[in-house]
Amino acid sequence: MRTVEAMLVAEVVARLCEEANFVLEENIHSAFQRGFEEEISPYGKEVFAQLLSNAAIAAENRLPICQDTGIVVVFIDLGQDVQVTGGSLYGAITEGVRDAYQRGYLRKSVVNDPIERTNTKDNTPPVIHCRIVDGDRIKISLMPKSAGSENMSTAKMVNPSKGWEVIKEFVVDTVERAGPNPCPPLVVGVGIGGTLEKAALISKEALFRPVGHRHPEEIKAHMEDELLDAVNKLGIGPMGRGGRITVLDVHIETYPTHMASMAVAVNLLCCAARYKTAEI
Amino acid sequence: MVIKRVNTPLTDEVVQTLAAGDHVALSGKIYTVSDAAHKKLVQYLGYGRKLPVDLSNQVIYYAVATPTPPGRILGSAGPTTAERMDDYTPALLGQGVKGVIAKGYRKAEVLQAMRHHRAVYFGATCGIATLLSMYIKKVRLAAYPQLGAEAIYEYTAVDLPLVVNNDIHGGDLQREGRIAYAITQGN
Repeated sequence: MRTVEAMLVAEVVARLCEEANFVLEENIHSAFQRGFEEEISPYGKEVFAQLLSNAAIAAENRLPICQDTGIVVVFIDLGQDVQVTGGSLYGAITEGVRDAYQRGYLRKSVVNDPIERTNTKDNTPPVIHCRIVDGDRIKISLMPKSAGSENMSTAKMVNPSKGWEVIKEFVVDTVERAGPNPCPPLVVGVGIGGTLEKAALISKEALFRPVGHRHPEEIKAHMEDELLDAVNKLGIGPMGRGGRITVLDVHIETYPTHMASMAVAVNLLCCAARYKTAEI
Repeated sequence: MVIKRVNTPLTDEVVQTLAAGDHVALSGKIYTVSDAAHKKLVQYLGYGRKLPVDLSNQVIYYAVATPTPPGRILGSAGPTTAERMDDYTPALLGQGVKGVIAKGYRKAEVLQAMRHHRAVYFGATCGIATLLSMYIKKVRLAAYPQLGAEAIYEYTAVDLPLVVNNDIHGGDLQREGRIAYAITQGN
């Protein structure tokens, strides 16, 4: 049994929070470069140029890429041969978020209760999803998730006998109705199958896959290409000012499901696409 | 690319010349008004109280910045979604607001009210908050300190890069832009 100090988890989480907010992931940066080259709309090109310029300033000065530094979503893959000592795992993750948002001058955007809505003043609690896996590592995937894109995300149960066409219609309709609000260019995560909450969960996991990486199964890779093509035909463009690159990529994740059900979830990620991963 | 240099306070004469899709470099004082500050302002109006800031001919910015790091005058401050303020906007237009800086859709009735009051909807790009903050040279707390980061701040902008989303003549960049680039069954 390998042991890991809770304090180390806290420190890694804090570092990931800061890095995610200050430094754009390489695959997103490359996607912006390609977007700048390939977008035919002058307004769209300009947005890509601004995104690249902003990323450079943010990284160099350790400043937030976006003012909405989000609610922190943390996926933990906890190896079943690891024991966290000296504190609780969830406590350590929470402390890491608290530390980062304080020392990194990040905005505190979390409220204690969705009805009462008093700011917690330290951007906690994070939303934690923990999975027990084989081995003795702790893998942490962390995403500051801002409200604009989350607010235009959705999930529903569709008739399984209607098949692919109804899924496609739901995804395209979601991106269309969202329009400029989620701050395109977007990454779109689609979760299909499981149960309602499982589909939503895997739609968010789908957002961590790098732009340009296709689903390992050929049929689903083809579906991703088809969805990407369909949403980019909408013409919404970067910041909704018109253009051909509304979505940088679509990623599908699936899970086995009840023979009489089909849950579909669409999670949108805005152009301030921020996430970081580490393994302890 | 033509960039129209616009100063605040905004006059009807200047607003008249702006067209949807125009690139604008905005200079002068602008006021950040968050969700909470909107609610308070409209509450004050409801009670017949005088507003803490004179909004006539002013441009307001729907933004809540990150905390200011040491050695800087402002954190990162980019626009938030306009639609959330739709219910509060007509009342503020009545107080003379001439421009709104935000992003995203607005309800048709609100866009109509803005045209009627001769107010322009400026679009700021989202996700470039640190870059946008570079164009703000001075920050002053203007009202509602109890709201903390959501208080009303007076930002002195110099050449803040914006586009005109909606002008007072019916032009709508977000609607027209999409039509221009959509690929439908026919083509």
